Amino acid sequence: MDAVVELDRVTVTYGGHVALRGVSSQFPPGAVGLLGPNGAGKSTMIKSLLGFIKPTDGRLRVFGLDVAASPLEIRARIGYMPENDGHVPGMSAVSFVAYCGELCGLPVDDATRRAHEVLHYVGLGEARYRHVETYSTGMRQRIKLAQALVHDPDLLFLDEPTNGMDPRGRDEMLDLVRDLARHKGVNVIVSSHLLPDVEYTCDHVIVLDKGRIAAAGTIDELKGPPGRVFEVRVKGDVAAFVARLTAAAIECHDTDDDVLRVFVPGDPPGPGAEQQRICRIAREAGVQVRHLRPSLPTLEDVFARAIGER
Amino acid sequence: MSPVHDQSYRRYAGTRRPPGQAWMVILRHGLRTFLARKVFLGLLLLAWVPFIVRSVQIYAVVTYPQAAQVLPIGPGMFRDFVDMQGTFAFFVTVFVGAGLIANDRRANALQVYLSKPLRRVEYVAGKFGILALSLTAVTLLPAVMLLIMQILLAGSIDLHRTYPGIAPAVIIASLLRVAVPALAMLALSSLSTSSRYVAVLYAGLLFVSEALYGILTLVTGSTRVAWVSFSRNLDVVTDALFRLPPRYETPPMVAWLVLVGVAVVAVSVLERRVRGVEVVS
Repeated sequence: MDAVVELDRVTVTYGGHVALRGVSSQFPPGAVGLLGPNGAGKSTMIKSLLGFIKPTDGRLRVFGLDVAASPLEIRARIGYMPENDGHVPGMSAVSFVAYCGELCGLPVDDATRRAHEVLHYVGLGEARYRHVETYSTGMRQRIKLAQALVHDPDLLFLDEPTNGMDPRGRDEMLDLVRDLARHKGVNVIVSSHLLPDVEYTCDHVIVLDKGRIAAAGTIDELKGPPGRVFEVRVKGDVAAFVARLTAAAIECHDTDDDVLRVFVPGDPPGPGAEQQRICRIAREAGVQVRHLRPSLPTLEDVFARAIGER
Repeated sequence: MSPVHDQSYRRYAGTRRPPGQAWMVILRHGLRTFLARKVFLGLLLLAWVPFIVRSVQIYAVVTYPQAAQVLPIGPGMFRDFVDMQGTFAFFVTVFVGAGLIANDRRANALQVYLSKPLRRVEYVAGKFGILALSLTAVTLLPAVMLLIMQILLAGSIDLHRTYPGIAPAVIIASLLRVAVPALAMLALSSLSTSSRYVAVLYAGLLFVSEALYGILTLVTGSTRVAWVSFSRNLDVVTDALFRLPPRYETPPMVAWLVLVGVAVVAVSVLERRVRGVEVVS
């Protein structure tokens, strides 16, 4: 399978700040999640691919076309849903989306017809004659998706697509993204810091941290085999327990619920050996194990490990 | 049962225009937006009143030749007409131009525009076209129509034989009143997210330069300093184009340089400000 997007030793610098440091990567077809904490370089990467930012060094390719040499040909084939609100003022939704279609080269009649279709598709059919300025945050997210879709792109860049949406709207947006990627043949790159969103919509992820790629691959590969992660709750000196785990080369991450997620490296020597090892370390640290059970690795674990490794 | 109409997403198999024509979409849409506003239409109609007045003047002189002593038809009349249209051009520039880029910046529309297959220069060309065509409707178009009207009413081109420079002077002086204010206003519009602020800034800059000219004239006792005023530079160049006695002592070359300088600065500002992403260093 040919890569949809390729980055070859891309460095982007703003003034003295290096946003991307010699990043090389390939985005396979389908849905790819771009993960990373704030300031990791996700938006910079997308804006570089759109040609908004010129890299200091390296090359970017989309569908095999060089971004620096063929920006218009590339932009004709991609749709961009920006993170911030963005619309042309003083227009109804249908006029705005049709206008975007015309800007992409669609004839007036086709642009208008497509505008009606995509507004129905994103769930704004009933509100399509309202001015965009009167839309709620969730509706604005949907119209941003509609304007990105109107010219039928082969690749969609979605920058934080569920920002500010209520739970129901968020689910509907994620269903749309998933449908586009899985059933409509549209390649999707989702930039988000919401791991469940990426896990639901994407097959592959690329984790960025401090301008470098911290991890990349399919979500299943990155999660690793099940049973190597344990949820542990202890009573006593948690810090001492964590210190002993770390000294034993066992990774450990806090969660919001007072539960530690513990990653045991290496192949298990036998059934229950890993649990026994954790209990032994707890005993040595003088803490009491209140809860210990195997857990399925999640994308949050992948993310935590990738970011923690750097 | 199958649905009457499939409302899910469908791929597009129709035609697409090649890149490079998006500026026309921006221009067409912008003009349609302004032509739907009554204030703009009123301004356009008002701007044609001087044309009617001058047409009546020409008719009177053609019908009663002795009227030419009071209302002469010649380069001076056409120059005064072009000058008069400058007043309407000011109001059109403020009304149409102030929000052209500022409103897009306020609504973060630049990143939407520039993520489409269009270059920055196409975006600026489309916006420039909206203002330039609006200004043409109140400057160049009535001036050219007045030239035609004079020929039609006089039934001859004797005036143009006597003063062969009138037609080119009318066209160039009118185009200057289109191009330079349009570029300057677009540049100011790209500096802010508030169209009101841009309108006040443009008017303020014109009035301040005019006031400065008044003060310097009083102090120096000479009109050589007319180059500090935006509108006086246009007057200096216009006098030179019509080959009429200059109203100011500023050399026409200096006025040309100032106008070209304004245009160059405006283009430079636009080049820096019209971007898909604002990089804060």
